[in-house]
Amino acid sequence: MAKEESHVIAAIVEHKPGVLYSVSNMFRRRGFNIESITVGPTEQGELARMTITVNGDERVVEQMIKQMRKLIDVVRVVRLDPSNTVIREMALVKVHTSDARARSDIINYANIFRARVVDVSSETIMVEITGDSDKTNAFLELMKSFGVEEIARTGITALSRGAKSVRME
Amino acid sequence: MVKMTGAEALLEALKKEKVNVIFGIPGGAILPVYDMLYDFDIRHILMKHEQCAAHAADGYARASGRPGVCMATSGPGATNLVTGIANAYMDSSPVVALTGQVPRPMIGKDAFQEADIVGITTPITKYNFQVKRASDIPKTVKTAFYIATTGRPGPVLVDLPKDVQTETAEMEFTDNIEIRGYKPKHDPHPLQVKKATEMLIQAERPVILAGGGVILSNASSELSKISELLMSPVTTSLMGKGCFPENHPLSLGMVGMHGTVAANKLILEADVLLVVGLRFSDRTTGRLDMFCPDAKIIHVDIDSAEIGKNAKVDLPIVADAKKALETIYQLLIQQVKKKEDSPWLKRVQELKEQLQNRANNNKTGLKPSRLLEDLRKDLPEDAIVTTEVGQNQMWAAVHFKAYRPRTFISSGGLGTMGFGFPASLGAKVACPDKPVVDIAGDGSFIMTEQDLATSVLENIPVTVIVLNNSMLGMVAQWQRLFYNRRYSASELKGIPDFVKLAEAYKAQGFRVESLDEFSEVVKKAIKSDVTTVIDVPISPEENVLPMVPVGLGLKDMIWE
Repeated sequence: MAKEESHVIAAIVEHKPGVLYSVSNMFRRRGFNIESITVGPTEQGELARMTITVNGDERVVEQMIKQMRKLIDVVRVVRLDPSNTVIREMALVKVHTSDARARSDIINYANIFRARVVDVSSETIMVEITGDSDKTNAFLELMKSFGVEEIARTGITALSRGAKSVRME
Repeated sequence: MVKMTGAEALLEALKKEKVNVIFGIPGGAILPVYDMLYDFDIRHILMKHEQCAAHAADGYARASGRPGVCMATSGPGATNLVTGIANAYMDSSPVVALTGQVPRPMIGKDAFQEADIVGITTPITKYNFQVKRASDIPKTVKTAFYIATTGRPGPVLVDLPKDVQTETAEMEFTDNIEIRGYKPKHDPHPLQVKKATEMLIQAERPVILAGGGVILSNASSELSKISELLMSPVTTSLMGKGCFPENHPLSLGMVGMHGTVAANKLILEADVLLVVGLRFSDRTTGRLDMFCPDAKIIHVDIDSAEIGKNAKVDLPIVADAKKALETIYQLLIQQVKKKEDSPWLKRVQELKEQLQNRANNNKTGLKPSRLLEDLRKDLPEDAIVTTEVGQNQMWAAVHFKAYRPRTFISSGGLGTMGFGFPASLGAKVACPDKPVVDIAGDGSFIMTEQDLATSVLENIPVTVIVLNNSMLGMVAQWQRLFYNRRYSASELKGIPDFVKLAEAYKAQGFRVESLDEFSEVVKKAIKSDVTTVIDVPISPEENVLPMVPVGLGLKDMIWE
């Protein structure tokens, strides 16, 4: 069996309705699994950027990229090299606790992880954390012991370091 | 800039694309276009079911090499096109489908006859559009035809809300379109071509495996030149049938699940395989890990996503088949002289002869193999044959030799029963001077026979040969071989009477009882100006052989 690994694919796509559908539908129909997908506008107004995290062996990921390139509304597709890429995800986590000791622990942990407390009520405390997936996972795991009420994660977004870019000229 | 309605702009744009025929059925949401069509110089062929409109456009495209156009109303009209669009997509056929849509303010409200046809057809079109403003129509149509016909061809759908058709706007017709995400690559990489040439020169037992891409890129003569220079035998997929004359001494016929014995045996002996415009379908390769494990494979395809999708290849060339083959040939001819003789050539000739001698035995009565060999003799070289799907199709693929590209038209990828007859109508419209024959089975023909009315009313005379075994023959064959002869839901019991059916549509119907009678009726039918249905009763026990059972390799072929 070829080795399955997590890969990050960045795509520049036309910023118009139906493009997310055609990309995600292609992944579904070809039996490729998406771990996360994020989309947002770029500095070039009519283009959007998608960051897709997928799991698969080398051959499958290569097929995914080729099938994406084949889509007319997909302008450019690049596989990002994890060792030379800034990869970030944001998560909001709401913990249900009115216990003062637990709250102070949470704030301490948040500081250690460079996370921020963004909302506090008498019953809950909400923390925002940004980082790569490992860091986010580690922090969320830690929060579980306090009784997590809700988590919202953005999914991964990423940019290559240095002068390399996916930008369309 | 010219001021006109969306409907008029649509037809003007179609004319600029040199469209002179549309296969369609009107309905509420496309009426403004039909009203405009009333005074317009484009032939409209009124079909009896939208599926047939799409298949006819597909048949037109395959026979002529020009894009085929079909049109339907919103909702059920559009969804009825879906099978035909999927069929065109699987076989890379340039079809442009135009659909009416409910007016813009009604979209998303589940209005009467509303269907999300853009959503539905996204995975089965090369691209699709919903036009949001009338002024976008000229550019949209231009882009649709450009995408459908370039690169790896495929169907494109344009969805037209009714109020966009009636909206008046300043129209700009332009020939300049720029699609950022679509730049088909035509020229082969010189280094890859050089490597391919070296591999071919060193090959002792080369085989060329040609697919539908050779026909789509009109690369038959380039293919023949390479084959004859290297004395390399040529086999094809179903979709490639006709790209190399099957009466040529180097032709092996079709390879695969129902490939010829020669093709299935010899391809496994190849040391270098030149694969062109082919996607390694399971029906062509059999079990993939048993497909030519010892051969070095060169794969030429214009669609880079086909490289490595199914089979592992040693040398990919992403390019148009014609350009790639021409470049390879030019390099080859500088380095090699035509091989007059080789042990490989001898092996090919001997096996072919041996098989021919066997085949000449016991072929009397209305046996499909004999009928199709006779049919070949009764038809001119340039006659176009379409097929339905199932036993009729595989008998035709094995026993009916195709001599020229675009003369053998069949539903390859999707395997759509009912395709052959409407496709034959499209082919006849494209090539009115050539005889067009649909090789059918009773089970398939019944799925689209209502368009006999179209063939009569629109004066499109074709010949339908129904190889009638009163069964869903291929289903029955599998049940016979793999399900202990339990004929679950596969018996059609001789209903309907196809002679009377033809007559009901004011077409001609004949039932033949002998080979002589068959030939006589065929010869008359192809000259007739009325569509002819020839009912040929055959044994329900007849199997299509050779056969490679699913999940096995080509070497496991059953052939007796």
